[in-house]
Amino acid sequence: MGRLGERFAALRARGERALIPFVTAGDPDLGVTEALIPALVEAGADAVEIGVPFSDPLAEGPTIQRASERALRSGTSLRRVLQLVGALRSRVDVPLVLMGYANPFFSMGEEAFAKAARAAGVDGLIVVDLPPEEGESLFAVARREGIDPILLAAPTTTPERLAMLAARTRGFLYYVSLTGVTGARAELSRGIEDAIRGVRTASDVPVCVGFGVSTPEHAARIAEFADGVVVGSALIDRLEAAPTAADAVERAAAFVASLKAPLRR
Amino acid sequence: MRSEADSGGHFGDFGGRFVPETLIAALDELEDAYARIAASADFRSELDGLLATYAGRPTPLTRAQRVSDDLGATVYLKREDLAHTGAHKINNVLGQCLLARRMEKPRVIAETGAGQHGVATATACALLGLECEVYMGEEDVRRQALNLFRMELLGARVHPVSGGSRTLKDATNEAMRDWVTNVRTTYYCIGSVMGPHPYPTLVRDFQRVIGLEARRQILEAEGRLPDLLLACVGGGSNAMGLFHPFLNDAGVRMIGVEAAGEGLGSGRHGAALCAGVPGVLHGMRSLLLSDDDGQVFPAHSISAGLDYPSVGPEHAYLAGEGRAEYVSVTDEEALDAFVYLSRQEGIIPALESAHAVAYARKLLPSLPKDAITVINLSGRGDKDAPQVRDLLAARRSEPH
Repeated sequence: MGRLGERFAALRARGERALIPFVTAGDPDLGVTEALIPALVEAGADAVEIGVPFSDPLAEGPTIQRASERALRSGTSLRRVLQLVGALRSRVDVPLVLMGYANPFFSMGEEAFAKAARAAGVDGLIVVDLPPEEGESLFAVARREGIDPILLAAPTTTPERLAMLAARTRGFLYYVSLTGVTGARAELSRGIEDAIRGVRTASDVPVCVGFGVSTPEHAARIAEFADGVVVGSALIDRLEAAPTAADAVERAAAFVASLKAPLRR
Repeated sequence: MRSEADSGGHFGDFGGRFVPETLIAALDELEDAYARIAASADFRSELDGLLATYAGRPTPLTRAQRVSDDLGATVYLKREDLAHTGAHKINNVLGQCLLARRMEKPRVIAETGAGQHGVATATACALLGLECEVYMGEEDVRRQALNLFRMELLGARVHPVSGGSRTLKDATNEAMRDWVTNVRTTYYCIGSVMGPHPYPTLVRDFQRVIGLEARRQILEAEGRLPDLLLACVGGGSNAMGLFHPFLNDAGVRMIGVEAAGEGLGSGRHGAALCAGVPGVLHGMRSLLLSDDDGQVFPAHSISAGLDYPSVGPEHAYLAGEGRAEYVSVTDEEALDAFVYLSRQEGIIPALESAHAVAYARKLLPSLPKDAITVINLSGRGDKDAPQVRDLLAARRSEPH
């Protein structure tokens, strides 16, 4: 079992839910990300999703689009993100998951990427525009290197497909809470609970909910039926609003602690 | 040769469906609806009726006598510039908007580069009583101000897109984001033979009318098939529409002409087939202008319609198979061809189509005199007149 499996088993044993913050690597530069991630873990993050910036992030709302642009401007590439993971690996023991778009991974080469990711200590991989039908070969190579390919499901996913995705995902199933792009929202979408109960009938894979999850209240609500929450844009909004890098790290850590609190039992 | 996608939408190594999970169900729905509806006699006769009585089809095949004399060849122009809205784009949007209406999607969105596809979509939506919203890069809004006004006049809402390079690539990103958000009520009318399966097949099928007519018309005029087909390639819909019905005719050579912009060596061009690498963008695997880190770099062309860093996957497949050839011409050559065709034939071509004319000027003098060439004149140049006026003025004021 990899770090993700171990982490979810431990959380379930304690009756606790996972908090998974998302940050774009290299926003505004890799030095800040390297300082930020240990602080988020210290504040209670159970795993961290590390965004690999892409020039055309078509599932992202304005917040993560801006973060990607800043990261690319500071010279962030997939290879440098892997170096970042390597540097973080000795400092944090939580699962580290890369999240990005297909082209940078294909461009590096499936084998070369998977070997470098394993060497760096990457635990999971989420590729937003790579459904399992197209990702078969990348995901097989990743699994061979001990990296969990995490699949996404959405409110538009049919029940049959949901069962297929739950069976094929590794680590956890990422449930996209809304039909739309990433971004903080005032209200949670309806119907999330029913969909996740649907997954439960087919599989006992952990399910985490992301897209639009923005407040401790949202986290508390989702904790009633899911294994964890992913919070990205609402966190990045706080990083953006901070006047200095040190302030940004401090505010982000405080926000992560406030999100984690209702997930403990 | 046969060129059809497999059940997953792959043309060899290219095509497929590289989209967020939210869109999978919508693409399945579209694929089913297309198979069920578009094949029906009822749909065909409604579409054929609109193509004939509304879009002005068949468009003529014009013998370009003065060009033929000048280049020492026999040249015909397939006159898509005479189709309603001034370009071939109307063929595709009438098909897709009829499909949208039958799928009971009241809202249609589109991306546009030069504005021709946006204008065509706005036109079809006005005709069919559908709500229309168009995404257009800010840079293209500036270059094609008249088309922005036309779309608004036709009742569409135009959203200028300020992200990235502010051109077609970014307009497509934004249209995809809209579709992900409003997928249940919205039909995404893609303007070229690109995007996730089934779009490359569906758009090609609606554009095949160009090649089917040209084939019949050249047989009538010359009693034989042409030796050469020439068409510009941005996303590649006008070229695919012309080429596809001739794929089995081994004697017919086909050449797609991409935008070399300021030159392939300059890094400022739109030539994905000539200078791209395999990659994934906008839901498809195709050839792509992408750097060593897998980031897409902005295309450049004098022509907004060719200013796109990738290309339809079936073109990438045909290139790999060697069935079609792909070349490129520069901004300067296209500008010269724009003036050339205006003076030689009294036809002002779109800057996009001028790329095909420019390559004809290079190649045809070396071909046998009795060789017959059909150039797809994919659109008319009225939209480009202000831009070309400025470019020619700037050229005149340069020191010699």
